[in-house]
Amino acid sequence: MEYEPVIGLEVHVQLKTRSKMFTRVAYAYGHEPNTLTNPVVMGMPGTLPVMNKEAVRKTVQLGLMLGCKIAETCKWDRKNYFYPDSPKNYQLSQFDQPICEGGEVEIEMLGASRNVMGDHRTVELTRIHLEEDVGKLTHFATDSLVDYNRAGAALCEIVTEPNLYSEDEVYAFMTALRNMIVTAGLSDCDMEKGQMRCDANISIRPVGSKTLGTKVELKNMNSISGVRNAVAYEIKRQIRALTTGYEKIVQETRRWDPVALETESMRMKEESHDYRYFPDPDLMPVSIPAEQIEKIRSEIPEMPFDRQRRYMNDMDLPYTITSVLCPERELAEFFEEALALTKGKGEPKAVANLVVNELIRDLSAAEGGGRQSLSECLVTPAHVAELVLLIEGGVITKQIGKDVWVEMATSGKMPAVIVDEKGLKASNDSGELATIVAQVVADPKHEKAITQFKEGNKKALNSLIGPVMKATQGKANPQQIQQLMREAVAKL
Amino acid sequence: MAHTEIDIDKVARLARLDLSDEEKRTYSAQLGQVLEHMDKLNALDLDGVEPTAHSFPLSNVLDEDEEQPGFTVEEALRNAPKARDNQVVVPKVVE
Repeated sequence: MEYEPVIGLEVHVQLKTRSKMFTRVAYAYGHEPNTLTNPVVMGMPGTLPVMNKEAVRKTVQLGLMLGCKIAETCKWDRKNYFYPDSPKNYQLSQFDQPICEGGEVEIEMLGASRNVMGDHRTVELTRIHLEEDVGKLTHFATDSLVDYNRAGAALCEIVTEPNLYSEDEVYAFMTALRNMIVTAGLSDCDMEKGQMRCDANISIRPVGSKTLGTKVELKNMNSISGVRNAVAYEIKRQIRALTTGYEKIVQETRRWDPVALETESMRMKEESHDYRYFPDPDLMPVSIPAEQIEKIRSEIPEMPFDRQRRYMNDMDLPYTITSVLCPERELAEFFEEALALTKGKGEPKAVANLVVNELIRDLSAAEGGGRQSLSECLVTPAHVAELVLLIEGGVITKQIGKDVWVEMATSGKMPAVIVDEKGLKASNDSGELATIVAQVVADPKHEKAITQFKEGNKKALNSLIGPVMKATQGKANPQQIQQLMREAVAKL
Repeated sequence: MAHTEIDIDKVARLARLDLSDEEKRTYSAQLGQVLEHMDKLNALDLDGVEPTAHSFPLSNVLDEDEEQPGFTVEEALRNAPKARDNQVVVPKVVE
């Protein structure tokens, strides 16, 4: 029998707010432990929560981006449980009236190869609700330490329908969702920093069956690749369990072990899911007025897939370029700014190529691990625009353009200045070039190539272009060299 | 109206309370009365009445997202039975 997996996800995203969800102490990542707390975070008696307006606004914007229905009114509930990550023994969350309902996420499935665009489809969402994050535990041999800096941070939970059918779709979903959220500036979605987290519910059923199998919940996946690996492992484990009877699939929570590359049962007590939700008496309901919703909608920036469609349709840019440029708003805006600065004289493809090849290579190669941010980079859109115009106007050759790039990336000087200072202008003096070509053609070591050319091998002369370029220090125009070379050979 | 027997052991476990048999009897009776009161409320015909989250007709109590100073580490840890490396030490419980 053939089996298929059915997967639903719960994705938690920490919203990029200055203060916490229900109190105004600062929220940030990477601070010394327990330096971002206050009486509300620590659950002191008599403290009262007050909601963060910006967190509500960002969640509504997320809902609008994903086509959710924004609730006319929503409220907050207490999710009761005892665990040291929550000092007040409950988490403020939304149970039966979430802020957003329904919605969908557009994903791109795997293409036939890396260079080919995959099919797009939408993944249905159940809901998005807004809650508070909990503290972070670090486990040691005999005890655990708790840091409450993260406790109380504004946290969105995005819940999908059981609407994903492979680890690759899960990967595509996480990637698309992250790209959208980062583009809108709602969160930085760095999974290693816990700003985006994912739990996956996985079951297996015979292909064609409509009923769902026994569901296993997967936790502890802290990168998008980690999610893919964990889901792939769990699908295999469950199919093997069903086909061989080697083990039984039980409804449980399993933890992904990123070192051993396997999932293991967390053996949670059944009672730990008995959360006894009830409405929080300290928080008032929220209803967002229609005009407010429309204002938030008008502030949504262009989404990555929409941008990609625009680049491909209006600028005729290839998939290989748009798939690099569009997921990152900063990069795409850098490109658009550079293109605009060429005032219609620069080819979009020439500008995009410099950004996708030269710029990204430099950013990735920067010291200090990880990719350098655009703001730290000396190359600005004005540099790129000027360089493109110098190359397209025939002032310098493409080859020299590469050298100019290296120079401007290290010194920050404008390309025209570099070209002037170093005398890199393409040589248009055909007399001088013709002399060099004649010398190269006359060189006995090229005799064989010239003979082959005369015998009809049109490409044979290409091996002579290099020596000419070298002699002109790269300043000659390759087309002009070829022309002169054919003339010189004809005279032999 | 006799309410269904409440599972006092489960309720105590969920609340992390260690109750003596005497206490269990006392609380069972008291919680039973609470549930009986709920039954009375459940008996009311409330068709067409919108549930309210609060007795006040207030909504949208929201603060601007501006950070304010909070606890120092010392203040944050003052109530902790044990602290190490500026963190609260708790028994190792892996959920």
